[in-house]
Amino acid sequence: MADGIAVSVPASRPALTRPHRRIRDTWSKSLFLLPAILFVIAFFAYPVIKNLVMGFQSYTTASFYTGESPFIGLANYARVISQPLFLKALANTLLFTAGSLLGQFVIGMGLALFFHRHFPLSNLLRSLLLLPWLLPLMVSSTSWKLILDKDSGVINQILESTGLAGVSWLTSPSVALTAVVIVNIWIGIPFNVAILYGGLQDIPEDLYEAASLDGATGIRAFAHVTWPLLRPVVTVLLVLGVVYTLKVVDIIIGLTSGGPANATQTIATWSYQTSFISFNFGEGAALSNILIIISLVFALLYLRVSRRGVDE
Amino acid sequence: MTRTRTRQWLHTVVGVIILAVMLFPIYWMVNVSLQPASTMLEADWFPFTPNLSGYITAFHDQWGHLLTSLFVSLGAVVICLVIATPAAYALAHFKLPGSTAATFAIIVSQMIPAVVVANALYPTYNDTGILDNYIGLMLADASLGLPFSILIIRAFMASVSPSLVEAGYVDGASKLRVFWSIVVPIARNSIITGGLFTFLFAWSDFLLSSTLAGKSVRPVTLGVYQYITSYVTDWSTVMATAVLASLPALVLLVIAQRFIAAGITGGATKA
Repeated sequence: MADGIAVSVPASRPALTRPHRRIRDTWSKSLFLLPAILFVIAFFAYPVIKNLVMGFQSYTTASFYTGESPFIGLANYARVISQPLFLKALANTLLFTAGSLLGQFVIGMGLALFFHRHFPLSNLLRSLLLLPWLLPLMVSSTSWKLILDKDSGVINQILESTGLAGVSWLTSPSVALTAVVIVNIWIGIPFNVAILYGGLQDIPEDLYEAASLDGATGIRAFAHVTWPLLRPVVTVLLVLGVVYTLKVVDIIIGLTSGGPANATQTIATWSYQTSFISFNFGEGAALSNILIIISLVFALLYLRVSRRGVDE
Repeated sequence: MTRTRTRQWLHTVVGVIILAVMLFPIYWMVNVSLQPASTMLEADWFPFTPNLSGYITAFHDQWGHLLTSLFVSLGAVVICLVIATPAAYALAHFKLPGSTAATFAIIVSQMIPAVVVANALYPTYNDTGILDNYIGLMLADASLGLPFSILIIRAFMASVSPSLVEAGYVDGASKLRVFWSIVVPIARNSIITGGLFTFLFAWSDFLLSSTLAGKSVRPVTLGVYQYITSYVTDWSTVMATAVLASLPALVLLVIAQRFIAAGITGGATKA
């Protein structure tokens, strides 16, 4: 329909001079973007700046009654960092992130390659696989909390029926972090499969035919064709994965609340609890600012990667 | 020929086994929800005699929370799409100064931890009186879907030929008319995808609900959380609530699978 219509716009409004009209035009176009800009400022830019400021303030429940939140310099940061929990939470954060990403990616890659073979019902099975990723995190935590329960959990039922000893998955300080990582791997697998499968689909089939003529099949085809061409997708996936995993709160709060004995406390969950259980918003802000700095390093990396992707 | 057929079906069998393992936690949730109320010391592997008492208690306890979740999520979707759709159009088709910077700001905003947003907005919400308030939570939840929606709708609009849109201006229609009667219908699918994901993000939200709301405005994620933080004596009710809280994801996966698939791949790689 539209193709048949002449596209040139008749100069129908001689009353407006050209520059005047252009300014009016830019202004009316900006109105389309304005609500989004205001919203992004209110719900992203302002919170980040406000949080930076709060990190330097003594901000507690009392601040809401007195209206006073005095500046105390770096005291929040000093108090947070000097606690023994700080190094533990930092280590937990890194272990949780690295362990989750490694598991999600390796299993996700395997499943993506598997589903790429296209067999009867493969599309149906692949779309059902998305389900764990779509469930509310608190629901997944709840289901896993019962499954991993020391006494009534089905995993320990299975272990005990085969003569093995049950494991205190969520209540033993030495095992809890592993258990939480396992659950987070489970949650992240569908997303990894979806992205990697999409990347595999974009690799032209004739490259594999050419490679097989040169004798490269199986693992060698993967190393010389699949992996190099999948690299951009893998990089974006891993960097996004780091940024999203660093800030995970729901899963850990649902499964262990950071316990036992802070065994699963990360910077993100500690910040959440400091602000909303201990109501020390200043120290909570300091902790989440540290989290932002860690994320920022990876966000910059992501921007570099995605910008390079646009240029290519 | 028949050998490849057999091999293919062998793949299907392996695929079904993989899926069974991956979906086992969800199966277990449904299984336990259908068993009689008990402390679950020895749960059966199959609900041989399905018992709905868990659902009856869950409905009785959580009915209001489910409605709150639905109401807040729908509100968040409306706020998000009303803001995101025109912005996506402007970013894709108007060559405004600063468009590239705005797009990058939107990508970065997706990475800001929700705990930062909650911590900073708590005092502000308190001062403006929208703490524990429907509008306040809808606005906050809309922020979960806004960057994603802008990016996914923008990516789609960028693929629409400008001539298709410019034709509208020939008739002298205003920008708003052209947007509403030409752009929005063309971009319908991407707008639906943005809306569906915003709904799921808002429905699944725990962090913002538990901090910026939670007393009188209480979505079902908080209802579930409250169960598991107290000493659980009746797992069938807890799991029945979990199943009810999973229904939107289940329903959307079945009826809107192509939008979901488009959203996952489009949102991450084409941003």
